[in-house]
Amino acid sequence: MWTELVGTPLFGVTLTLVVYLLAQNLYRRIGSVWVNPVLVSIVTIILLLKMTGIEHHDYARGGDILLFLLGPSVVALAVPLYQRRKEIWQRKRPIMIGIFAGSLVSIISACGLAWILGGSREIILSLAPKSVTTPIAISIVEKIGGVAPLTAALVVLTGCLGAICGPEFCRLIGVTSPVATGLAVGTAAHGIGTARMFEIDRLAGAVAGLAIGLNGLMTTFLLPVLMSFTGF
Amino acid sequence: MVRGLTLLLLFQLCGEFISRILDLPIPGNVLGMGLLLLALITKLVDIKWLEEAAELLLSNLALFFVPAGVGVMVYGDLIAAEWLPISVATVLSTFVVMAVTGKLAQKLESTESDDVD
Repeated sequence: MWTELVGTPLFGVTLTLVVYLLAQNLYRRIGSVWVNPVLVSIVTIILLLKMTGIEHHDYARGGDILLFLLGPSVVALAVPLYQRRKEIWQRKRPIMIGIFAGSLVSIISACGLAWILGGSREIILSLAPKSVTTPIAISIVEKIGGVAPLTAALVVLTGCLGAICGPEFCRLIGVTSPVATGLAVGTAAHGIGTARMFEIDRLAGAVAGLAIGLNGLMTTFLLPVLMSFTGF
Repeated sequence: MVRGLTLLLLFQLCGEFISRILDLPIPGNVLGMGLLLLALITKLVDIKWLEEAAELLLSNLALFFVPAGVGVMVYGDLIAAEWLPISVATVLSTFVVMAVTGKLAQKLESTESDDVD
């Protein structure tokens, strides 16, 4: 009976929600960015599945339902963009140039480092869109020939890292403006970074949301160009 | 709430449709975001219809990434075999991107506000 239940979407959805709520609670209580709710949830769920011997594809039946909601969430980013359109339009040049530079640097540094350290072609290509939000990164990687689910996972890990260290790192290197911080974290750490920026400042969150879309677009166009350029 | 969610899905569907029929490299949801922004600016869509649904999704944005992250367990062997390039590239590149984007944007932002003054 139990194995039958585990194979239903109800299991994956409920498990994710319960673990996420507990992780959020822990985050509020401890108040340290290191217990990032996304990262804690991922680690907990993986450990639970491993310990109980439940297969990933059984979990994914429910997980995919939550993953589906990323789609309309990306569309919903138009709302904060519209609400903050005046402040964003005033800063269109720093925003566009900042995201373009970030997108270029992201591809080159991720692929370059992996290449120098002897990564296989499969890994290098899967790393290329690591700073792009999941639904866009997957469609990019399917086109260039990486491993889509691996990219999805790397994207999420990148997002967690950016959300955990991003705002603090920016302050450390002297980036204090909310727009610049939002851009930096949104470009590097897409939706998970954006979620953290929304906690800190609405404008920074809106700009980070804009960076998700624009970085996705720029990477989509830049990557094939860079690949033919380097003959990779 | 239902109206907002319906609109979001409708715009995503339009985006997916256009992306496919024109064979664009832009994913449907990003196109949907652009179309919705356009519809808001042209007052075709009232922001009030969307606020509640957008708030619900965006304030829980991080949750929707959890299942994708759990997927890492399936690639444990591949990651273990190449853990060095994967971890160094992911970590260093993330910090480099934040430094370049943040520094550059802040510099441009401050020179532009100087121009205004």
